[in-house]
Amino acid sequence: MQRFVYINDESCRDSYRDNRVSNTKYTLWNFLPKNLLEQFRRFMNQYFLLIACLQLWPTITPVSPATTWGPLAIIFIVSASKEAWDDYNRYLSDKKVNERRIWVVKDGIRRQIKARGIHVGNIVWLHENDEIPCDLVLIGTSDPQGICYVETAALDGETDLKTRIIPSICADLSSEQLGKIKGVVECPNPDNDIRRFDANMRLFPPIIDNEKCPLTINNTLLQSCYLRYTEWACGVAIYTGNETKSGMSRGTAEPKLTAADSMIDKLTVAIFIFQIAVVLLLGLAGNIWKDSHGCKLWYLMYPAERPWYDFLVIPLRFELLCSIMIPISIKVTLDLAKGVYAKFIDCDDQMFDPETNTPAHSANTAISEDLGQVEYILSDKTGTLTENRMIFRRCYISGVLYGDKTGDALKDARLLNAVSSKDPDVVKFLMVMALCNTVVPIKSNDGTISYKAQSQDEEALVNAASNLNMLLTSKDSSGIAEICFNGSKFYYEVLDVLEFTSDRKRMSIVVKEVKSGKFLLLTKGADEAIFPRSCPGEQTKTYLEAVEMYSHLGLRTLCLGCRDLEEDEYKEWSKKFQDASCSLDNREHKIAEVCNSLEQGIHILGITAIEDRLQDGVPETIKLLRKAGINVWMLTGDKQTTAIQIGLLCNLITPESKGQLLSINGKTEDDILQSLERALTIMKTALERKDLAFVLDGWALEIILKRSLESFTKLAMMSRTAICCRMTPLQKAQLVGILKSSGSLTLAIGDGGNDVRMIQEANVGVGISGREGLQAARAADYSIGKFKFLRRLILVHGRYSYNRTAFISQYSFYKSLLICFIQILFSFSSGLSGTSIFNSISLMAYNVFYTSLPVMTIIFDKDISEATVLRYPQILLYSQAGRLLNRSTFAEWFGRSLYHAFVVFLITINAYADEKSDMEELSMVALSGCIWLQAFVVTLDTNSFTCPQITLIWGNFVAFYMINLILSAVPTLQMHTVMWHLCNQPSYWITMALIVAAGMGPVLALRYLRNVYRPSAIDVLQQIEQTDGHAQAPGNLESSTGTYLDYLLTDLRRNKSSIHQPLLSDSASSR
Amino acid sequence: SFLLAYFNHAFTQQQLPACKPILAPNMVIPILVFVGLLFIPIGLACYAASNKVFEVVYRYDTKCVPKNMLHNKVGYIQNASINKTCTINLKIPNAMKRPIFIYYQLDRFYQNHRRYATSFNIAQLSDPKEEANADIKDCKPEAYAAKGIPVVPCGLVAWSLFNDTYSFARRPRRAGGIGGVEALRVIKSGISWRSERERLFGKHVYPKNFQNGSLVGGGRLDPRKPLSEQEELMVWMRTAAMPRFRKLYGRVEADLDAGETVAVAVRNSYNSYSFEGGKAVVLSTAGPLGGRNAFLGRAYLVTGMACLVLALLLTLVCLFFPMTEEHLRLR
Repeated sequence: MQRFVYINDESCRDSYRDNRVSNTKYTLWNFLPKNLLEQFRRFMNQYFLLIACLQLWPTITPVSPATTWGPLAIIFIVSASKEAWDDYNRYLSDKKVNERRIWVVKDGIRRQIKARGIHVGNIVWLHENDEIPCDLVLIGTSDPQGICYVETAALDGETDLKTRIIPSICADLSSEQLGKIKGVVECPNPDNDIRRFDANMRLFPPIIDNEKCPLTINNTLLQSCYLRYTEWACGVAIYTGNETKSGMSRGTAEPKLTAADSMIDKLTVAIFIFQIAVVLLLGLAGNIWKDSHGCKLWYLMYPAERPWYDFLVIPLRFELLCSIMIPISIKVTLDLAKGVYAKFIDCDDQMFDPETNTPAHSANTAISEDLGQVEYILSDKTGTLTENRMIFRRCYISGVLYGDKTGDALKDARLLNAVSSKDPDVVKFLMVMALCNTVVPIKSNDGTISYKAQSQDEEALVNAASNLNMLLTSKDSSGIAEICFNGSKFYYEVLDVLEFTSDRKRMSIVVKEVKSGKFLLLTKGADEAIFPRSCPGEQTKTYLEAVEMYSHLGLRTLCLGCRDLEEDEYKEWSKKFQDASCSLDNREHKIAEVCNSLEQGIHILGITAIEDRLQDGVPETIKLLRKAGINVWMLTGDKQTTAIQIGLLCNLITPESKGQLLSINGKTEDDILQSLERALTIMKTALERKDLAFVLDGWALEIILKRSLESFTKLAMMSRTAICCRMTPLQKAQLVGILKSSGSLTLAIGDGGNDVRMIQEANVGVGISGREGLQAARAADYSIGKFKFLRRLILVHGRYSYNRTAFISQYSFYKSLLICFIQILFSFSSGLSGTSIFNSISLMAYNVFYTSLPVMTIIFDKDISEATVLRYPQILLYSQAGRLLNRSTFAEWFGRSLYHAFVVFLITINAYADEKSDMEELSMVALSGCIWLQAFVVTLDTNSFTCPQITLIWGNFVAFYMINLILSAVPTLQMHTVMWHLCNQPSYWITMALIVAAGMGPVLALRYLRNVYRPSAIDVLQQIEQTDGHAQAPGNLESSTGTYLDYLLTDLRRNKSSIHQPLLSDSASSR
Repeated sequence: SFLLAYFNHAFTQQQLPACKPILAPNMVIPILVFVGLLFIPIGLACYAASNKVFEVVYRYDTKCVPKNMLHNKVGYIQNASINKTCTINLKIPNAMKRPIFIYYQLDRFYQNHRRYATSFNIAQLSDPKEEANADIKDCKPEAYAAKGIPVVPCGLVAWSLFNDTYSFARRPRRAGGIGGVEALRVIKSGISWRSERERLFGKHVYPKNFQNGSLVGGGRLDPRKPLSEQEELMVWMRTAAMPRFRKLYGRVEADLDAGETVAVAVRNSYNSYSFEGGKAVVLSTAGPLGGRNAFLGRAYLVTGMACLVLALLLTLVCLFFPMTEEHLRLR
């Protein structure tokens, strides 16, 4: 399908939409139905709706329908208002974008309209630093060469400036003509490919002959990019509104579900099955009882004729009675808790980066628990582990290693001397540094020059050259570059740029020295790309040694070279180059071939070494994370040697003797597969003894993914470390996908646009708000200022979040089961008729209010202090293995609720027997018993008490009595005065104390015995904390404790493969 | 405000001062000992309090049926022509101080049944205006009399009102012979809750169409007395939670001596025979914890003992397998 855009033609404006950008999910009208539909997609909500509907049938409902409708409505209103609020904010930001004033040219007259008023075919006039409102085809700029610069960071995350060129057909139009031209752009229908635009354009007479001119992505200005360093530019709107390339690629990220959440879902389903079983059993028993006994009870007046559905009534009653087994409040409680975890992350002062002034931020508030269960960290290198601040450190020119002693060539007196004495080799070297690039020098008003570069390395080289008195002062549009060396000016005409590609690994320019008219080819590139093309007889060996040495220091090396060209040779080549540039098929390959023909016989000038410093705290952080049992992988686009060096520097891989690096490579596909198998064998045999890691590059990965995915997955699951070089963004995401599909919890961290896919793919995406723009940070679930904050994010926030969620969710089930079991027990003494022992108000308040507040206190709970966690990071294995929320821990809570139900029920009916056996009183006694027990349960399971916790736990208790005393004053309720009666009876209080003692005594004793005689790793650390508080531990204690901890955790480590199959025993068993 | 700022900072940084108790022997064992030592005396006190309460229970449902009717108890109770008064003699083993409470006890009577427990209308009972327009669907099948006039009080609970009556006479043991018979006055007012008399049951609501249907359930009500004065109805309508329950019948303001005999004339008219339920009359004094109930005392003693035994066990375990740091580290 094609789209025809008629330039400046009002008659066709209606065929496409206007430029109204809309990111909102709802409109005012469809909000309610759409939101309801969305919410009811969840199983839990459907279940509650079913229950609520069943409750509308008075014959079967044991309590008033309000017990479910009320909480359900609250839950819906809370979720809906959150959605509405988010959507409203989106609407506001859309509105801001839509209301922007944009200059549009209509019939030669420029006028300002709102951005949303732009239609396809309009000519939009932009000024410097304007944000581009929609996708445009560039037709004119202020630059006589027809070039303009755009910053595409918002689109692809690349901060370097990109040049955009007007199509040749529009080259000679004056600005007056631009406003009046007519024509047609034939382009594909909107898509989300930001690197491709295959279209052509025809202008109508009278302006130009109607020749078709092809358009590429280089002729476009895309929405949400910025116009830079160009006074003005104008273009024809081709895609507008949400149909732009950025609009189409926006897409909504799938909501992520944490491992803890899916565990909770599993438990919910299990409980649901249990509930159905109970209901069927009790329903059957109830029907039997009714037929055998119930009919004899004259006071029940069972009719002789019963409707056909009669056999359903009792089971359905039990279904409603047991419906609270699945707590309606769990979702709200968890959402609230997760919101608080996210706030804690946002507020954490220790994750505030003072250098860039960025606090940590959690954009996704729902997945903090996953941070505590991370098993794999996949990290980008540049900008994530390193600072991405390239600094020229050393160089090697004609046999001299500059910067060797000082570590900084710019301070090396020998180099400074060589510069001032105009050593010809050095001067030439510096000239290549200053010229051989695509840097744009920008002169500010006060005369200082700053450089805008496509790559950080080029910027570093130009800056270093200027520090060595070789100053690139300007590059004008006709291609004349001005260089100032030691005060004297030199002019060079830049004739051709032989661009850098990742295949060529080099770039060159052809210049003409204006003074002498000499032609020069200046080249820089990777050593393996330059050395084979050096002129014969060149002593590449010394250079190779230098490169080797530099890369062992973790420096990025570039080899500089130059070659004199004869004018004829150049002319001839230039023609070929032009042809190749204009060829329609296989253009890139042809250009590379032509370039290669010129880049021969290069005279090597020297080696530059650029440092990309490791970020502060990276080695320590990686060491800690690895100790915590997390496998850290490095995925980089960089080359292997540099990557390995960085890996060594940041503790990712252990040097030889203790560690071993398995390289997976080869010349042919079979070679690669063989080396993969070899690595797998070594990995299987030597994993225990050595710290193994594997290295592979993008090409190898591509083949492996195609041919031997299975053994690679095996290798990946075993390998604690991997370095993957030369990765494309897609491959990074693929690796994440492989790990994810094998059931591991992955965290991807990166800083640039090339990491976005991997960040979105991973279970947890972390973005570093770094120098490569905010693209990654924006796509991520969490954004932090520095890599080192990851340690706190995972070990402190993630771990606590997991622990807390584990408690909250299981406790929610516990309290619901407790009340449900009491109902079931009661039904045995009420003729299996499905009477509710509790009244409607109590039931509703129990779930929503009485029990929800105390459990929220756990969001302040810390089992062990932050310092202890950071000192013994291996404790993370405990939450990684899901030790706090799995089937066995849940079974424990299940048993506890069953036991407590028996305690409450038996004590209540025995203490309130005979003349005290009054329904209202008994129900209140049982309810208070539950409230008392749950206050003590929360207290017992709280590890540290802070004042909000104490206030909430016991304040809730006071509130329970206050509320019930007040409710007792309402004359229309059945529980009128009941609570007053009870509070005046000593036997009531005696009963409560008995319930607590009988309910908590065994739990306390069991917990104590396990703490002391079968301690979990957490218990051990708690004990250590206590003893440390009293006396400073001797030095060796720490190490022996560490050994002991490791011993406790070995089983976890061994069972890593079965992480998501919860382990039945809760402590290190099988001795 | 400085304090507030400090608190706020500590709060957001999760650095609030916290107390971290751990379950060490020196904490758990004292708790258990303390609970044990606290519970045993309380248990003894409860036991004593319960033992001070004396009660006499007499089950009369079978005893009051003539021998020749035992094979057809239901027929007996449903036959209106038979005089169903029967006299039973209660031996008073211990002296009972006034007030003596009289209960009737029903067994296997499911006042807590789903069909039964909700079969009343609270609005209708309190407000004469609600009488006609109250939504009494819940009362079905005892909601409307013939022609759709609402029944007041409606519902199965009121309809099945207990209607056995008792009258008491004492034969005090005098020295040297058998004395005369002395009637004991049973006070039947003040047996309900004050809130029921004053709020729940209306002063201007009179029974209407009550027990007028073809099926007569339990007792009838005096249509001239407002509901607020029908205390036996109030007691009955405060439904019991368990199938065995006692309800207050009245109280006797007299002291009974040990060995004395109380003659109870029972008018046996309530049908407990069709569901094989038991009926009993109970005379009981009251203690601070209510009627005679040994459960709390026993439960406290057992719990207290268990705590002490557990504490002892844990101490022994602790002594023989001490929790030293060595122990902690080397296992």
